[in-house]
Amino acid sequence: MGSSSTVQASLSGVTRVYPAGGAGKPVHALGPIDLELRAGEFFSVVGPSGCGKSTLLDVMAGLAPPSSGTIAFEGKPVRGQVPDGIGVVFQEDASFPWLTAYDNAAFAARQAGLPENEVRARVEHTLSFMGLMPFAGAYPAQLSGGMRQRVCIARTLVTRPRLLLLDEPFGALDQQTRLLMGDELLALWRETGATVLLITHSLDEAALLSDRIGVMSARPGTFIDLVETGWPRERDSRIVSRPEFGELTGRIWAGLRDQSMRALAAAR
Amino acid sequence: MTRAGIIRIGVLVGAVAALEAACRAGYVNRQAVIAPSEMVRGAWRVLGTQEARGHIAETLTTVSLAFLLSVIAGFAIGVALHRLPRFRRAVDPLLASYYAVPTFVFYPVFIVLFGLNRWPLVAIGFLFAVVAVAINTLDGLDRLPPVFMRTARVLRLSPRQTLLRITVPAIAPWLFTAVKFAVAYSFIGVIAGEFVQAGSGIGFAIAFAYNSFDNLTMYGLMLLLFAFVCTLNMSLWTWEQKLYARRGGR
Repeated sequence: MGSSSTVQASLSGVTRVYPAGGAGKPVHALGPIDLELRAGEFFSVVGPSGCGKSTLLDVMAGLAPPSSGTIAFEGKPVRGQVPDGIGVVFQEDASFPWLTAYDNAAFAARQAGLPENEVRARVEHTLSFMGLMPFAGAYPAQLSGGMRQRVCIARTLVTRPRLLLLDEPFGALDQQTRLLMGDELLALWRETGATVLLITHSLDEAALLSDRIGVMSARPGTFIDLVETGWPRERDSRIVSRPEFGELTGRIWAGLRDQSMRALAAAR
Repeated sequence: MTRAGIIRIGVLVGAVAALEAACRAGYVNRQAVIAPSEMVRGAWRVLGTQEARGHIAETLTTVSLAFLLSVIAGFAIGVALHRLPRFRRAVDPLLASYYAVPTFVFYPVFIVLFGLNRWPLVAIGFLFAVVAVAINTLDGLDRLPPVFMRTARVLRLSPRQTLLRITVPAIAPWLFTAVKFAVAYSFIGVIAGEFVQAGSGIGFAIAFAYNSFDNLTMYGLMLLLFAFVCTLNMSLWTWEQKLYARRGGR
């Protein structure tokens, strides 16, 4: 595994309860969650639908306050604002349709006040690395869904986040594209050295990409299993054909099946 | 040019040519309608007089004021209503039925309030346009993808930066529609007001020519007004189409 043992982000006893709306009851969406993310690791979170995976990401990013517990990023508490050094990519297409791919990628760096020559160097490097340079002048409407999502990832990477939070960024893509995007993500992870937390509903994606996988219970989501994959840092989607890959997804599913059935029953 | 464009121009040219022929052949009473070529001559003659140029400048200034005020106030009202959902629910029926109210009946009230000058006209043009701008702004804000606002938070944009760098460009197509409405409604309100009661302006000059049986001046002014408003709207429309094409309808 390519990660060091330094703790970069931690959650301690974190819960999130949504207050009652109208005559309804409060919804206990998450926790209690305890987690330590090691600097440089690739950590994925899988869990049944509605278990609070996205809530976990919101709370970690500082987009939503925890109802109880504490979150720390690089030793400092996360409270009410997204800390410097955290980048987030959402599942929805967040590319700005009025900007070209280049200007989309440059948006966050310009916002951070970097000088234009530095912005250009970073954007060109990131777009080249992601194979998007030929489309730098294209508007999102002229790009495929996968390319638009890559533009959003590029926009985040240009700021060089030390912790990258990904909320099912490939959720809307087909399986083949997802596999290739996974390879690209692994290459980016190795290149940037950032810590990655990936929220996904795909067991294959989690097993393929991660150093560790947190398996969540049905709502309120807590970790019921933490799986170390043992993959080398240099890896790509070809590991899906290895026997260990099948064993890994089998183990995750074994833990998840009951929880998914519970979530399904609760939804009916 | 597209096939639709060729047909459109063909229909327009055909209609003008038919009117020209009917007028010249005496099928149409000259006291009612003059030939299009005469209208052009009238417009040219009108443009040559200092008095008419004064009327045109007066109207354009009044319309510009009504337009600017309605765009600024309409945008502010739209943003405020979007931020105050409870208040919005209360005023929604009023907004929906606003254009059923004959706003023009308030014109005499404005004359009493402001006097017989430019401001009653600005007020009536403003009243015609402001709600269209507010409704379109609201519509745009309703369709603003929530993920853009979350992105703004992740990028630590201030509320002002979020408004200027994300919200406004994101809802630009709706604001564009609002601007088109504001242009059209400002013109309608101001010209109609001038027509009814004013001491200057294109509407006043058209009414004066009409009362004096001066068809050449009346149709000349009408043609100028028509050409100006159509050119303005076509320019906005062309710009809007380019914007939409680039954004793929988003």
